Order: sequence, then structure tokens, then C-alpha cells
Amino acid sequence: MNRPAKLMEKRFPTRINMRTAKVDMTHGSGGRAMAQLIEELFARHFDNELLRQGNDQALFAPPPGRMVMSVDGHVVSPLFFPGGDIGSLSVHGTINDVAMAGARPLYLSAGFILEEGFALADLERIVISMAQSAKEAGVPVVTGDTKVVERGKGDGVFITTTGIGVVPDGVELSGANVRPGDAILINGAIGEHGVAIMSSRENLAFETEITSDSAALHGLVAEMIAAVPEIHAMRDPTRGGLAATLNEIAWQAKVGMKLDEEAIPMRPEVDAACELLGLDPLYVANEGKLVAFCPAARAEELLAVMRAHPLGREAAIIGQVVEDDMGFVTMETGFGGTRIVDWLAGEQLPRIC
Amino acid sequence: MKYVDEFRDKALARRLAAQIAEEADPARSYNFMEFCGGHTHAIFRYGVQDLMPENVNFVHGPGCPVCVLPIPRIDNAIELAEGGAIVCTYGDMMRVPASGRNSLIKAKAAGADIRMIYSTQDALRIARENPDREVVFFAIGFETTTPPTAVAIKQAAAEGLRNFTVFCNHVLTPAAIQHILQSPEVRELGQVHIDGFYGPSHVSSIIGSAPYEYFAREFQKPVVIAGFEPLDVMQSTVMLIRQINEGRFEVENQYTRVVTPEGNAHAKALVSEVFELRRMFEWRGLGDVPYSALRIKDAYGEFDAERRFTLTESRGRDVKGCECPAILRGVKKPTDCKLFGTVCTPDNPMGSCMVSSEGSCAAYWSYGRFRLERVKEAAE
Repeated sequence: MNRPAKLMEKRFPTRINMRTAKVDMTHGSGGRAMAQLIEELFARHFDNELLRQGNDQALFAPPPGRMVMSVDGHVVSPLFFPGGDIGSLSVHGTINDVAMAGARPLYLSAGFILEEGFALADLERIVISMAQSAKEAGVPVVTGDTKVVERGKGDGVFITTTGIGVVPDGVELSGANVRPGDAILINGAIGEHGVAIMSSRENLAFETEITSDSAALHGLVAEMIAAVPEIHAMRDPTRGGLAATLNEIAWQAKVGMKLDEEAIPMRPEVDAACELLGLDPLYVANEGKLVAFCPAARAEELLAVMRAHPLGREAAIIGQVVEDDMGFVTMETGFGGTRIVDWLAGEQLPRIC
Repeated sequence: MKYVDEFRDKALARRLAAQIAEEADPARSYNFMEFCGGHTHAIFRYGVQDLMPENVNFVHGPGCPVCVLPIPRIDNAIELAEGGAIVCTYGDMMRVPASGRNSLIKAKAAGADIRMIYSTQDALRIARENPDREVVFFAIGFETTTPPTAVAIKQAAAEGLRNFTVFCNHVLTPAAIQHILQSPEVRELGQVHIDGFYGPSHVSSIIGSAPYEYFAREFQKPVVIAGFEPLDVMQSTVMLIRQINEGRFEVENQYTRVVTPEGNAHAKALVSEVFELRRMFEWRGLGDVPYSALRIKDAYGEFDAERRFTLTESRGRDVKGCECPAILRGVKKPTDCKLFGTVCTPDNPMGSCMVSSEGSCAAYWSYGRFRLERVKEAAE
């Protein structure tokens, strides 16, 4: 009598050999091979209550309050780099985009585009890293999708994650709120993600102990807004680096900014690598940094809160917002002159995240 | 960062600034041309102009390797790639405007196989990995980048790498400086006033300081070989001002930590083994300059892309209204160009000077624009 039930349990007579198998077209076809990959790889590692519902969507009741939603595609090359991989990056990147609104991130979705021939051992490593990062951040991956493209049409794996979160009452963060007189703060040293990626690129490889700063910042953000609810804006300086982020906000708020080069935290190794490669560290990507704008009177207090958090130990006040219709971001150089910190023109380095 | 921070020290900069202000004669002006884009970049990147008295001016010269390459040569590189070859070149070259609003980066997007590389070794590796494809290294640059190209050609010859060629566009600094000094704008019309030169730093590490002796004497202009760090520029300014005040016109070497009078004998021997002088070469901005560029010698002719492929003679010219040619000669400033900051910006360069961070227009735009706005505001 119980024979059919046993058959059901044995949906996949043999397990996928993650050590030797490779992605093939059947893994994205909607058939049994895809179901098995989802079960033995994605569902196994991402395991959580909402995922266990087993439907094509995650069903949950929204918490009271305003919600934010953000999406981020990840195409970083190489897939594994010092301090992280495309999996951890895809979790941190989206959590940070949600957190910059002052929000508490709740859930993530993950879409995978796999290239035919990609080693499942590498995919498993990436999924485990993603699951680990999500678990540490307390933000589960609750729904996902897998597609496979023919060999040569992708580059191993691309991952798109979407995050949603809820913004506490009274928190109003927006680049447009930044005002002349605001202090500009950053939670640590710049340029580490970009330099870590460059150091592991095949045609550029150089030895350095710099690792990516990839990290989920929502814990730090929560403490910052709890202590100083008057923060006007926060943003994570990823692609285009600190320079791009400051220019975006200067443009959005129609203000100027004055930076002090000597106050901007930077590791000598990053400085040296940039010097060697002819890059300006202000334009090099970060994945675990945030820039915050708050009224100058509260800046020291905010700085102390940031420095008390493990992800803000090297936090610093790096400049101030000034009135300027032209929206110029300028910097007093360590040399004693003044220069513009302009938008990035062209492409400094492709596929950094 | 050791060996770098020492040359960017604020306190030393202040001291040198005070010295310059003290020694510069307020009754006259001092106009010094920095030939190299490396100096232009340092001057803007560190705000060196802010530390100079008003009567000491920088005249930006043509020494940006991607800026001086004329449009027909870029058209030829695109033609090679569109013909099926893999064209390898340095990053700055990718966005330089070619004819018909084209560029290497646009040709790449349209399907041509153009690869950005960091060294000639990358180009050789690509040739080894693609034995059934023609691989062309689009070689550009002054004397500094020439020895690595010579090494690559010799390596290709030793390995029998028959699918590798070099599209040679290496140019020579002393010939260009002399050409500027002989131009009517400088000699007769008095449009450009140049009192002295900051001599190239990296170029001089190869060729030495001796090659500048001739025109320092002939044209009675002091030359100070200057390093590319901001303090180097400031110290060299003191040296130039002193020469002028004392009526001297000598070649002096500020960059003694690298440059010797003779240069690098090994590198020079390599270059002369593989390359020979071109009788004539066109520079963007300067026009045809005799004996100002190199071509590959017959002995290595099989690695010369210009011999292996038939290239169309392009008649491509700069965009109408673009003042790059005059800016490269020091006759005009970027702000004299109608296109500057209107249709021509680093994101959408119309002329070559807006492309590389060593080009004067890009440096003005990226680092100095706020000064121009302040000046405008003050005038209004």
C-alpha cells in the first residue's frame, strides 16, 4: 500500500555529484534535472520557512510601515576574489542598497543565469557563500529562479538579487535632503573592493594583502539612525567610488561639497596599488562602505557611534556640504592645492561587481 | 607610501611656494611650457597652480601620446580590426575620436575584436593563444613606451610568432619641441610666449638629458628635466626662474634620481636595433614633422602591420570647431574652444585633448573647471 509514497521519496534515484558534474541545458529546462538542482543545491543551502512553502512565490504578511525595494545584478569577474565571491557580494550589495534608506532588510530573492559547462562545484561554493552571508545578515533568500544559457553566451554565472525592507517611522533619508552645512562622514577606508578585484584579474595579477571590504551594513545603519535620527542621507559608494556617490548627491541636492584629502581613510596598500595602476582611489569601488550626511552639530556624536561598531572603526568626517549652484565637489589636496573631484568619465574598470 | 609621499609633502610645497614668490621678479611674467601630459596631470591633480604667484604661468604642451596621434592613424587601426584582426592597445586609446564619430570603443561595440591591454606581453600572449588569427599591437607613445615594443618584436621573432604584427606610431620628443619653437606662432607672431621648458621625465630616463642641449642653445630657452611629482614641478620652477633671472639657457636636471645625461644605453640599443627614423610623420596639432617618429626596420619587416596589410589612406580630419590642434601647440587654451564643456566633455569627447587624463582639455575640465566658474562669476 505504501509503495507510491516510497516512489515519491525516490524522485531522484541518484544524487547530483557536485564535485564532478557541470551545468548543462537540462538544468534550466523546467524538467526533472532542474527540479533536482533546485532541491539538492539551492533549497538545501538557502533553507528557510518561506522557501519550504515550495511555491513559485514566497507568501508573507508585510509588516506595518513604509517598505523599500531594490534590485542589483552581479557580473563580477573573477567570480572568486580575496575577501569574497559573487555569492556574498550579491547578498551584501542588495542588503546595502535597502539599508541606505535607513530600512531594516527583510527578504531577498535570487535569480541565477548559469552558463552551460559551469562546474557545479563552483556553483555550490557560491551558493554556500551566499547562504552563509544571508544567514549572518539575518536576511533569508525566500524565492529564486534559475536559467541556463549556451556555452559562450554567459560567463559562468550571473546573479541578480532583489531585497525588500521596512523603514522605521520618522526616518526620512534621501539624497535630496542634504543641506549646506552638513558634515560628510564615511565608515572606513576606501578603494579596497576594487583593488582586491584588480589584484586577482588574470592580466593584472599582483600580490597584495588587500581583501574586498564586502559586508552587510544594515546593523551599522540601524545604530546610526537610532542615535542620530537627523541623518539626511546615506549612500554606499560602489561603482565609480566615493567620487561618483558624492557627485550624484551634489547633483540631486543642488549643493557643492568640500573634501579634505588628508581626512579620507585609505590603506597604504590601496594607495600604492592605485599609484602603480594609474588609478585614482576616489573612483575605485567599495562594497562595505557608506557615506552619511548629517547636520554638523551632530557629526561628532554620529562619528562616535560609527567608530563603536566593528564596520565603522576607521570612520571619519571627510568634508562638508557647501552652497554651490554648480554642484562642484572640490577637494583640498594633501599637497595644499584645490581640485575638482569630478564624475568618472568612461570606464575605469569593467565588471567590478 | 615610501618614495612617493616624500614628493607630495605639503610643508615642503609651502616652502617652495614661498621661494618661488620671492625669486620671481614681479616686473615680468614667466611662461613655462610643460611638454609632457604627465606634468599637466600633476599640476591639475594636486592644484599646483594655486601655489604659484600670478606671474608664473603654465603653458600646456603636446606631450600626451594619445592626443597627438592624427585621426587617419586611428582610422587605420579600426580598419585593421574591422578586417578581422585582433587589435590590442592601451586603454587611453579606446575613446579617442576617429573619423565619422567612430572610435575604437565604438568599433568594439559594433563587433570588431579590439582588446585593451596593460603591456606588450599581453599582446604577445593573445597572439600565442590565437594562432589562427592576425594579432596587431597598436603601438603608441613617446620614447618611454618604445623599448617594450622593441622587446615584443624581438620576442615574436625569436618565437616565430608569425601572426603578430605591430602598427607602429611611436613618436619622438625632441623633434616635436623643436618644431614648436620653430613655429611661426612662437618665432614671429608672438602668439605664444614660452620662456622655458619643463623637460620630460620618463622620456629622459631613456634618452638622457643630452638631446635637449641643442635647442636650449639654439633657441636660448632654459630646459629643466622635471620629475612627475608635484614637488618636482615646483622645484623645477625655482630652477627655471633662476636661469631666466640670471640670463642663462641651459639644460638642467632636477630629476637626478632617475635621469642621467646619457640615458639608458641598453634601451637605446634595443630601439635602434628594431626601429629607424621616419622621414615624415603627421602629428595632430603640429602637422607633418620631419624625423619625428619611428618605423620598423627591414630586418623586422615581417612584424610590421603597415607592410603586412594594405591600409586605406584616410582623409579623416578633426571635428569642425575643435581647437585641439591650436591647444596642442599652446596657442590656445581649452577655454578658448567653443566646444569645450558644451558638446565636448570627457564623457563625450570630440577632440583628443578631452580623452586622456593627460590631455589639457580633460585636465581643465576634470580638475580645474571650478576655477573657471569662479573667474566667470567674479567677472559678472
